[in-house]
Amino acid sequence: MTYVITQDCVDVKDRSCVEECPVDCIYEGERMMYIHPDECIDCGACEAACPVSAIYYAPELPPEKTVFLAVNERFFETIGSPRGARKVGKSNRDEPSVAALPPQERS
Amino acid sequence: MDCLRVAVIGSGPSGAYCAQSLCEEPDLDVRVDVFERLPSPFGLVRYGVAPDHQKIKSIVASFSEIYKDPRVRFHGNVEVGTHVTVAELRERYDAVIVASGASVDRRLHLAGEDLPGVYSATDFVAWYSGHPDAPVDRFSFDTERVVVVGAGNVALDVARVMCRTADELRRTDVPEHVVEVLAESEVREIHVAARRGPAFAKYTNKELLELRTLDSADIVVRLPELVLDTAQEQSLAADTLAARRLAILHDLARTPTAGRPRSIHLRYGLVPEAFLGERSLSAVRFRQGESVVDLGADLAFRSIGYRSSSLDGVPFDAASSTIPHLQGRVLHQERPEPGLYVVGWIKRGPSGVIGTNRKDALETVGALLDDRRAGRLRRHSNLALAGAPIVGTQVVDWRGWQAIDRGERDRGRELGRERVKLHDRARMLALADAVGRTGPDVTDVRSGVPLLMRSTGSGHDQGTGGRRRWS
Repeated sequence: MTYVITQDCVDVKDRSCVEECPVDCIYEGERMMYIHPDECIDCGACEAACPVSAIYYAPELPPEKTVFLAVNERFFETIGSPRGARKVGKSNRDEPSVAALPPQERS
Repeated sequence: MDCLRVAVIGSGPSGAYCAQSLCEEPDLDVRVDVFERLPSPFGLVRYGVAPDHQKIKSIVASFSEIYKDPRVRFHGNVEVGTHVTVAELRERYDAVIVASGASVDRRLHLAGEDLPGVYSATDFVAWYSGHPDAPVDRFSFDTERVVVVGAGNVALDVARVMCRTADELRRTDVPEHVVEVLAESEVREIHVAARRGPAFAKYTNKELLELRTLDSADIVVRLPELVLDTAQEQSLAADTLAARRLAILHDLARTPTAGRPRSIHLRYGLVPEAFLGERSLSAVRFRQGESVVDLGADLAFRSIGYRSSSLDGVPFDAASSTIPHLQGRVLHQERPEPGLYVVGWIKRGPSGVIGTNRKDALETVGALLDDRRAGRLRRHSNLALAGAPIVGTQVVDWRGWQAIDRGERDRGRELGRERVKLHDRARMLALADAVGRTGPDVTDVRSGVPLLMRSTGSGHDQGTGGRRRWS
């Protein structure tokens, strides 16, 4: 299992989660953050830290958001498991379906 | 600048993150000595995180990386306050970080709390985690009804571990006696009783969902106990996670039971009033609204949180059971104590998950480095070249811990399990001892950092006749 970041992070990227992730497995894309499903240890620190409640434990994902389990996974297809987001730094790409989203406006 | 020498008291997550962030600081000449009172590192990751949460425990792999850095050393089986004092550490290091956590359980202060059959969850957690201080024969489960008083993840851990089958437990690293005792368990019904309503429960949604994966237990939630009062409704409006938790609870309440051999009842609004019984526990008395509810039980656990113990020579606020601090700088009469810092549960109280300590450690280490840059750290260079006076214990260094670690995996192989924790301190120390000892009174010439002297007080003494003192 893993924790999953969903659409509410897109164009927000508050990054509070990054500071609390004990294994540094939350990677930064151009428009949202992504959790590495194999590196995540299920501790839940990120879920509580997220100010927009964008993060779910995978089994708790509501039906309309389950697609983000695969979205997070796909982001890492090209880079594998770097074991540490800090050394990788910010990426200027996104998972394709996220990249294709219109700008997310929030009240 | 000269080498920065830091002592960290405690090798749990908060101490580990301090060592890690000090070493990640660019262009910093630093040496970190981590002192741990047990022969094994990792604190509550090893002795608090539930055994069926092996994925969370895998964090020890990244904590172990920290000790591969030659600038960081582990000194296990050294209790600060007994084998060396805080004052002695402060004389020899530029900075001392207290990361000793919170390992003492809170009491309810209710009638009957000392009856046989009433335990703290901490006792049970220590026992199933194979803590060296936990008596092997502490528990038996020849009873059908159990009450857990509490509303946090530990309360759920306690209930869940009691429901694990022997096969499930053998896939964890619990000692064999724990598997054997729990395999004989006659427990049928466990009530986890929260004082307040479901909106204020402290367990995480993940732990709640995990209960559904138990093969051996039905989860029972009573719809009337999920009815919210105004205070809960207001709290829920501002707390998305709690709202999600309530949705899970409603889902559980709607799910019919499946006739599994055990049941876990998640109860709300039950204010504990007394533990009842003549010679041993027979029931726990609660007040629920206007009614009195007696839950029959021969075994009860209080799981209402941890508190920290004070350390000699370090300010302590008994009311909050934490060390007063400003951004991690220990305060004495509202002024920072030079070179003394605090991190983790003894700093902010026992809440949050492992990762919370990372952010916390960054704050404390940030304050420490600011103080160094500003010249606020005192230096005792005349003492720097000599060994710290560790007395009356066999120090377990990182190699010693690795030998214990191998011993646990060897034990697992013998029993067809991946790993079996060693719970016997003498056995752990013997394994550590077999890989050799750190030389006495050796100083790292390049850094001027003392390599600790070892004296066990049992023939391995360095001939100094007990505790060495500086004149």
